[in-house]
Amino acid sequence: MNDVTTGEPLIVLDAVNKWFGPLHVLDDVSLSVGRGEVVVVIGPSGSGKSTLCRTINRLEPINSGTITFDGQPLPAEGKPLAKLRSEVGMVFQSFNLFAHKTILENVTLGPIKVRKEKPAAARERGLALLDRVGIANQADKFPAQLSGGQQQRVAIARALAMQPKAMLFDEPTSALDPEMVGEVLDVMTSLASDGMTMVVVTHEMGFARHAANRVIFMADGQLVEDAPPAEFFANPRSERARDFLSKILTH
Amino acid sequence: MNVLIDKFDVFAGGFWLTLQICFLAAIGALILGAVVAVLRISPVPPLRALGTSYVNVFRNMPLTVVMFFAAFGLPALGSNADFLRIPVIDSLFTRLGTDLPYFRFALIALVLYTAAFVCEALRSGVNAVPSGQAEAARSLGLTFGQNLRYVVLPQSWKASIVPLGSVIIAMIKNSALVGFFGVVGDLSQTADQLTSAEGYAFVPVALGISIGYLIMTVPLGTLLDRIEKRQAVAR
Repeated sequence: MNDVTTGEPLIVLDAVNKWFGPLHVLDDVSLSVGRGEVVVVIGPSGSGKSTLCRTINRLEPINSGTITFDGQPLPAEGKPLAKLRSEVGMVFQSFNLFAHKTILENVTLGPIKVRKEKPAAARERGLALLDRVGIANQADKFPAQLSGGQQQRVAIARALAMQPKAMLFDEPTSALDPEMVGEVLDVMTSLASDGMTMVVVTHEMGFARHAANRVIFMADGQLVEDAPPAEFFANPRSERARDFLSKILTH
Repeated sequence: MNVLIDKFDVFAGGFWLTLQICFLAAIGALILGAVVAVLRISPVPPLRALGTSYVNVFRNMPLTVVMFFAAFGLPALGSNADFLRIPVIDSLFTRLGTDLPYFRFALIALVLYTAAFVCEALRSGVNAVPSGQAEAARSLGLTFGQNLRYVVLPQSWKASIVPLGSVIIAMIKNSALVGFFGVVGDLSQTADQLTSAEGYAFVPVALGISIGYLIMTVPLGTLLDRIEKRQAVAR
């Protein structure tokens, strides 16, 4: 387990509220994530955990409250928002690799177009990242030719290519066949031990146990518990969390 | 049926003029339609509203009315649409440069009207691209323009091309109206000229101009069918 660096937290949510029509998906959520910290968000579906993750790079705008990233409030629109997003990597449940681009082009598009890196340099770094996630030999294939697990590892490499300050994972293994979950979690675990700041929405309790610094439990849009994993799994404080854990851990 | 042979040059001239106006109108409508489509999917609400109003106005108004506005409204505003007398292009398409403005007026009306449909065809293509693609591009920090250019549009044109083709075919047929708004010598006005002024029987003349339109539209339709089939294989 890496040591969490102290100092000013990287991500701070303060009294965040969001509604989808009449549905209160985020109910007064406050949370801070320190640099190098790995925070795993769990909870039943519809609890607002994915929405929470997506508000941090403003893929979902919020109705009230504030979110600051690296000391700056999230910009509302335009170039400043694009710049912020380039500093926050995101990995989606459905991979969302660019279907018309090769694996390597997927990884280099951001560095070349957003960071204006030289294509040759970006390719070299892209290949190194693909090597790190174990798919350098697939660089010239298209996403549809890869398995789900491979695609998700490419998606992680694509996000890392921007050299982000933090990574958001929105249920990264939920769309995968069971035998491919492990390879993606391995990559995530190695990232965590390298000191990347991570917010991970997941149902993988094993990952939460061994890789997280903190576990956040959400239900009905509220942040119900916030505890180190050992404490949370051994001794959940709320009835709601006990109920949730009893349902998922008995099978 | 002798009229088809005797007056072949008149039919050919009409065909040629209709082809010219359709070619110019198609280019104009594709450009303007693309601009309106970008407005309609823009993240800026006033621009979106502008694009939507454009489509609502021109998609829902009869082309005849748009033609009336162009042919009578523009002169009333003191414009002869002289901005369309583009150097070089007006020497290729001589009607663009003539003092009689009706070719230019008709062109403007066709472009304005067709652009609304082009916009919707392009937008249906954009909507066919899964939303996760644009989301992933945004999360990398691509701007709206970069997102369209590098991620969304390269994937959307395949889904746009067949509806776009239908729009252009409809536009070619709609161009038959221009003869009633002062454009002399296009295919449909040729029919009017030959039957009312020169006294030829209507049916052979109508057959002649029908063939003229079919020569333009049928190959286009066949091409679209082919593209559609090829896409089906690629999937």
